[in-house]
Amino acid sequence: MSERFHTERGRRSWGRVVDAEHRIGRAQTPGSVEALFASAKAAGLSTLAFGLGRSYGDSNLNPGGSLIETRGLDRFMAFDAAAGTLRAEAGVSLDEILRVVVPAGFFLPTTPGSRFVTLGGAIANDVHGKNHHGAGTFGRYVRSLTLARSDGAVQRISPETHAELFAATVGGLGLTGIILDAEIALTAIPSALIAQRVEAIRNVDHFFELAEVRAAEHEHTVAWIDCTAQGDRLGQGVFSSGDWASPGGHEAHSGRMGPSLPFDAPAMALNPVTLRSFNALYRWRQLSKPGLSTVHYSGFFYPLDAIGHWNRLYGPRGFYQYQSVIPFDQARDATRAMLERIARSGEGSFLAVLKTFGNTPSPGLLSFPMPGVTLALDFANHGAATLALMRDLDAIVLAAGGRLYPAKDGRMSAHAFQESYPDWRKVEALRDPLISSAFWRRVTHHDG
Amino acid sequence: MTDNPARKIVILGALSAMAVQSARRFAAEGASFTLVARDTALLEREAQDLGARGAARVDIVAADLTDTADADGLLRQAAGKMGGLDTVLLFYGVLGDQARAETDADHAGTIIAVNYSSAAHWVLAAARILEQMDAPAGRVLLTASSVAGDRGRRSNYVYGSAKAGLSVLMQGLAHKWAAMPNAPRAVNLRLGFVDTPMTADVEKTAKPLWATPERIALIVERCVKRPGPPTVYAPWFWRWVMVLIRLMPSPVFNKVNL
Repeated sequence: MSERFHTERGRRSWGRVVDAEHRIGRAQTPGSVEALFASAKAAGLSTLAFGLGRSYGDSNLNPGGSLIETRGLDRFMAFDAAAGTLRAEAGVSLDEILRVVVPAGFFLPTTPGSRFVTLGGAIANDVHGKNHHGAGTFGRYVRSLTLARSDGAVQRISPETHAELFAATVGGLGLTGIILDAEIALTAIPSALIAQRVEAIRNVDHFFELAEVRAAEHEHTVAWIDCTAQGDRLGQGVFSSGDWASPGGHEAHSGRMGPSLPFDAPAMALNPVTLRSFNALYRWRQLSKPGLSTVHYSGFFYPLDAIGHWNRLYGPRGFYQYQSVIPFDQARDATRAMLERIARSGEGSFLAVLKTFGNTPSPGLLSFPMPGVTLALDFANHGAATLALMRDLDAIVLAAGGRLYPAKDGRMSAHAFQESYPDWRKVEALRDPLISSAFWRRVTHHDG
Repeated sequence: MTDNPARKIVILGALSAMAVQSARRFAAEGASFTLVARDTALLEREAQDLGARGAARVDIVAADLTDTADADGLLRQAAGKMGGLDTVLLFYGVLGDQARAETDADHAGTIIAVNYSSAAHWVLAAARILEQMDAPAGRVLLTASSVAGDRGRRSNYVYGSAKAGLSVLMQGLAHKWAAMPNAPRAVNLRLGFVDTPMTADVEKTAKPLWATPERIALIVERCVKRPGPPTVYAPWFWRWVMVLIRLMPSPVFNKVNL
């Protein structure tokens, strides 16, 4: 059957910069994970769980080793609408979860900007969303999870029963074992609609004023920043906030995909001129919408999911995501310094996102969010120039006491990682010895 | 898609990847199921899943489908529990190993017994019972056959011959029902390459030809809900591929390694 590995070249993650050969095995049943562990062990290969491949850099790749694809573990186990809890296998996507729970009047307690993320991946990266200032991270809603380790142990763990292992597994980048299933708490929603407010941001200072006011008023907030603007307009953009609307129906999102990019955009597609035009156009389009409106959750939370394979927009060489968080006391100056550096470079993204994180503690040892301001950007891969730009940004982030998001990283230095995630050694101590990733080897310099 | 009443479905070979995906589509509309396959634990896993996805009722029967002694009884019992029966989906099969089948008679026997002999028993039993059922949603018997049954090829002719038998049986049944008023419908899928655990070890060259179980499930849903032809190539392009292969004169065909 399928407990064997086959060789595959050219496996990439979402940013498509890393291109590697792997041995790939598919887990179709919870029991087959055990068999795949044994196969990997027998072949002398390290391994790593791989879900829908939405991590951008190399945290979900394991070149020269094996990957265990978890998408076959996509069964719902128990949906308790009275208690508002869901137990499902780890390969179920957030897309599929919403299709089942929204019609019953529930939603994910928090969601990243894509539905095409597995439940296991959402936990392993302790993802966050537009309601972080109120809700905290995804991991806070995980009641328990089942973890398979390569020594044959299969344990149901929770914050109460296995505090250390749980904290190492939530946000633990898949290193502590393979998550087989999880039970999460859901949020009851009055409808599937969001009452949205859209307004202009004039500059960085204006963002900070707005963010403080709107985060206190609204459950969901996020800002899009035009990273080509400079001078007085540095940080100009669009601020959107929203709350679940009442009343309205409970219709889940459409299963029909929109257009999909069938092949790589030519490398020329993204240059300073097109970038400036896009940003101007996007801002105009957003701001020409009514200030207050009611929209379906799919457009509010998942605008990019409407375009299949949008990652091909950046051409065959792929792109880097750069997401940082800076503590509040340093955030204004550091954000300004970063935006200045990016605007000067002429590189930058179609979609630069700025958001404030709240004070709710993250449950994972390697969880990315902390109180402060997060900036997320894409940079098309132009080789040395792009890497130099990101190194300059690293310096700003580290000097301000901030850190980068491992799920999106493809190149941070071991120094940057170890400095900003001091608990990494605790995760290393609990790491499953058979499990490794390109990211982990790079930032910890182990050979496994 | 339609406002037909929720279906009452027996799935033979309910753990096949195509069966799983098809069942999910009907579960979302509140169908009832009796799932039949060998592994109790895995059947329970599907039952929980379909329940969460909206199935009205899911019963499981752990049985070896090559044991057909009480096929009628099992189907009748399922109909009794679900309060009727309008849809029987037959998805099980084994690919086997052609080279081994040529030297190992038992292996050849298994391929024939699973893909044809037992399937034929279940088809005939399902036909008998569906004929007696009164079903507002329309009665359908659907089987998963293969394009391998369209012309014998050196790479898989034992498997292909068994699937050919199943296809002819279904053709005949469809012919019989076409002549009867208010008869059930017989639909035989002729599947091309499908990326499932059954074909996990088959090297996937010519990738565009490989369909996903999800794509096949869409076709199954359409065939069950809407009247259509009794033979359906899935995906559609296999009809034309197989026309070419069937029309190829033997002197040419025999030079092609398929």
